[in-house]
Amino acid sequence: MSDHHGDDHAREHDRPLSGPALRARALESLLVEKGLVDPKALDELIDTYQTKVGPRNGAKIVARAWTDPAFKKRLLSDATAAIAEFGFIGRQGEDMVVLENTPKVRNVVVCTLCSCYPWPVLGLPPVWYKSAPYRARAVIDPRGVLKELGSEVPEDVELRVWDSTAELRYLVLPERPAGTEGWSEDELAAIVTRDAMIGVAQVKLPARGKR
Amino acid sequence: MNGVHDMGGMHGMGPVEIEKNEPVFHSQWEARVHALNLACGYHRKWNIDMGRHSRERIPPAEYLAFSYYEKWLRGLEMLLVENGLVTPKELATGRAESKASGAGVLRASEVAGFLRVRRLARMDDDVPARFRPGERVLARNDHALGHTRLPRYARGKRGVIDRDHGVFIFPDTHAMTRDKKPQHCYSVRFAACELWGQGASARDSVYLDLWDDHLDPA
Repeated sequence: MSDHHGDDHAREHDRPLSGPALRARALESLLVEKGLVDPKALDELIDTYQTKVGPRNGAKIVARAWTDPAFKKRLLSDATAAIAEFGFIGRQGEDMVVLENTPKVRNVVVCTLCSCYPWPVLGLPPVWYKSAPYRARAVIDPRGVLKELGSEVPEDVELRVWDSTAELRYLVLPERPAGTEGWSEDELAAIVTRDAMIGVAQVKLPARGKR
Repeated sequence: MNGVHDMGGMHGMGPVEIEKNEPVFHSQWEARVHALNLACGYHRKWNIDMGRHSRERIPPAEYLAFSYYEKWLRGLEMLLVENGLVTPKELATGRAESKASGAGVLRASEVAGFLRVRRLARMDDDVPARFRPGERVLARNDHALGHTRLPRYARGKRGVIDRDHGVFIFPDTHAMTRDKKPQHCYSVRFAACELWGQGASARDSVYLDLWDDHLDPA
């Protein structure tokens, strides 16, 4: 669904519903009828994760860390408190850890057992992060996965894979790319990608003229 | 449990494919299922570890065939019935036999506050740590039938305590009997070669968050 637009939801009603869509609708109407769920609260929850929470939050954290050494120090020593300075707190981000990439060390985050992911700073996880291939391979063949994704790790760089097996949630602080000296926080945040904050990509300079 | 959800190190799953410009949800029902899970959690009839364990108990063939939110839907159906919020007949027919009694319901105006929870699993209990950063540990070779956050690929392997995260709820008991069993949770570093043999890069490592009850001195 690469051409996803807001009106997909409206159009969906014109198509026959598939198995899970039917079951989901039946379950929601049952729970509403029983008085266990308020559909307006569901709308609000959906709106939150579609429009208010996402990787732009994490990008602001990274950009601040790149430009403010005191913030970076706080971020690396107590990530939860430093991230809370932005108001990014709550569900699936209650206890945060930030992992700093350097020229000698790269970090990659996975959840092999389920789909643990730092919602307040990255939003809900993408399908590939929750998929069997990533969960299976990120721990046994991280260099192979990163190479396939176009982010090969040189032999002399140490690779650390973080399997999110508890309620700690990990955010990678990517390396600031050369050529961004003097950029504003907003300009820097604009080039920080979700995949770089998971650790499967590095932040690159945009093509010339797109700054 | 030694389920298919415990995927670390498995072969044959195919390439990792990143979708460009992926939407948060691919269809409306996925969004509703995600929201239903959160809204039902408001009743506090189960905890997050029971939630994870419900999805782990989906039969393996279905688990592998289901999309992500199909697993969330099936898991939620299991939790609702097992914890008495919905009867099996209601789930089968889709018709309510009775109204929920007395329970409050999450309202739209409460959603923002509901999502801003600051404490989920961290505990204030004064429990001594069994290990200190730098100490060598052996991950237990346990094969419990129930929920565990110790993946198969790390069992019986030697690692080093990297940092002590503090005292947390122990999910392995919390999911099964609701016993929080507060204890220290650590980031434990395992050399890639210890986990995967000499073919792995000698520089690399995998860090897992494990609890006192997963570890012995090595």
